[in-house]
Amino acid sequence: MSICISTYCSIRNNQIKLNGEALLTKGVEVPFNEFIKSAYDLNASPYLKFFKMDDLCKLAFITSEFLLKNRKLSEQYGAENVSLLFANTSSSLDTDINYYNTVKDFASPSLFVYTLPNIMLGEISIRNKFKGENAFFVFDNFQADFLCNYATQLIREQKAKTVVIGWVELLNENYEAFLCLAEETPNGTELTNENLNKYYNG
Amino acid sequence: MKIVFAAQGNIISSMGFTAEENFSAMEQGRTGIQKITREDFLSFSFYASLVDDGKLNKKFSALGNHLNYTRLEEIFILSIADVIEKSGVDVKSENTLLIISTTKGNINLLEEENYGGFSEKRLLLAKMASEITRYFGMKNYPLVVSNACISGVLAIITAQRLIYSGQYDNVIVSGGDLVSEFTLSGFNSFKALSDEPCKPYDAARKGITLGEGCGTLLLTSNERLLNINDKKIKVAGGSVSNDANHISGPSRTGEELALAVSNAMKEAECGSAIDFISAHGTATAFNDEMESKAFSVAGLQNVPLNSMKGFFGHTLGAAGVIEAVVTLETMKRNVLLPSQGFQNSGVSEQLNIITQREKREVNTSLKTASGFGGCNAAVIFKSI
Amino acid sequence: MDALIVKLKTQIIEQLNLEGVSPDDISPDDSLFGEGLGLDSIDALELIVLLEKNYGLKIENPADGKKIFATIRSIAEYITANGKA
Repeated sequence: MSICISTYCSIRNNQIKLNGEALLTKGVEVPFNEFIKSAYDLNASPYLKFFKMDDLCKLAFITSEFLLKNRKLSEQYGAENVSLLFANTSSSLDTDINYYNTVKDFASPSLFVYTLPNIMLGEISIRNKFKGENAFFVFDNFQADFLCNYATQLIREQKAKTVVIGWVELLNENYEAFLCLAEETPNGTELTNENLNKYYNG
Repeated sequence: MKIVFAAQGNIISSMGFTAEENFSAMEQGRTGIQKITREDFLSFSFYASLVDDGKLNKKFSALGNHLNYTRLEEIFILSIADVIEKSGVDVKSENTLLIISTTKGNINLLEEENYGGFSEKRLLLAKMASEITRYFGMKNYPLVVSNACISGVLAIITAQRLIYSGQYDNVIVSGGDLVSEFTLSGFNSFKALSDEPCKPYDAARKGITLGEGCGTLLLTSNERLLNINDKKIKVAGGSVSNDANHISGPSRTGEELALAVSNAMKEAECGSAIDFISAHGTATAFNDEMESKAFSVAGLQNVPLNSMKGFFGHTLGAAGVIEAVVTLETMKRNVLLPSQGFQNSGVSEQLNIITQREKREVNTSLKTASGFGGCNAAVIFKSI
Repeated sequence: MDALIVKLKTQIIEQLNLEGVSPDDISPDDSLFGEGLGLDSIDALELIVLLEKNYGLKIENPADGKKIFATIRSIAEYITANGKA
């Protein structure tokens, strides 16, 4: 069976799109924290840890909630077979700066813990009980070929049965999230550089 | 199937600027950890392992202009240059990739006025990495791994996979991080800094000691790049897992690290024949305890094991690569090094912690790491 | 003491980003960790910052925090016994 993109979700310009269909749209003047709170309310699945996350994790978490709604990947594939493969441009720099601003006064432990980009993977893993391969890479811009090859290799070499591929970027109120699910299924679009790029841009 | 050889390595730390210098210092029982007073870092004295600035400046002057590179970039360049020189790898080839492993990169620029005279963009890890590839005239855009304290081990595993899949013949993996006000204040806010040199697995351990430096390792499918007199060692298996438990506290059972270990061992087809474990051993109460449970679950409680944090401190994104390079030296020389700072066991499960230098045949080694975000990684090196 | 308890509730809700929790929801004798409010180890570290920032009290060993941070009342008692508040 070929490896397909079975579902994808993006959040940018204050709009959430699942498989190309808009789920929530807010005016561009709405600040990020307000927008992401309305996205949380729309998701309608209470998870109080959300409010302790930094903005980058909130963005990744909400995107993953919409992407994985109605799916129980840990049960379907086994927790150790669900993999997370994420990347972005700015790592955790947005929170790094916020954390560093507290250092002169009282360094904040709850901000410091978010000064690593892979905490996104931790939060999504905790929420969904994913225990498989996880990796975080940093690029200048979205690298469909690398992500596509790496995810394909993980599945082909039986290191994972499904891979959540993610691009989650946030710095100074500029943000963008794109997540998709790669798995062996007859119902989907084949996982190729072109298709990944198409969905990312679409 | 292709073989991925672990070829030449380099370490830059407070103990030296080559792998050999570092290994000799460790063999003599020296540690790079010292008491430091730097009020720009912390208001009180602390223990850390720092790269000597005088030596760094002197060495880098021969390679480039200080004005063009940050302190961490200089350390990376020196470390990578040593591996290129010793291996003769064609750095400008399309078949050669650089992977940079780091958690915080040039974050110290935040602490300096006007970013120390550099562009703000230098804070971006990919920008930092591309300055390094540009220095060496490399064709391929660098890959950056930033996955907390498993970054270095994950970078080695990633390199192995990229060579297996035929995308590259040579991957230079280089891991580096600095000690800075940023990281010290953070671990201090976690009440995780030890007020004496760290003592991994010891009953009297009081937390971590930070360190800085860089480790570089060449992985290649080209056997001719290996030193002719060295034992031939391959990267035989690697795996990553997540605790799915807590973002800063490790697993209570160690099962997830054990999962990564057993997956790596399966891929390596080494049965249970592990001769040596280079463990993570940060000397925090919870990490060391979790590891003891994990090695017990994996059935490795009798394998000689050390943590190198007592020599280098915790070098974050550099740790996995530095410790892998020492592991490879351990295998080439057949010398087990003691776990610096350890006296009496302070973990609940049995571990065979090395207490003195010992000559012993070491042909299969396991290197592990665990980090914030609940991540665990394991890689196996095997001589052939 | 009562005034201090009310003040502490507000400060804790704010410092720990306890969404949807109002001061009236927390009884002074509810346990803060585990079953009660469900705080975790990072919250405990933030409580240490809160005591230092607002009350000038330093707790160096997080293990000491366990007893002090058991309930709102135990925190208030600790502040009254040791602090300048």
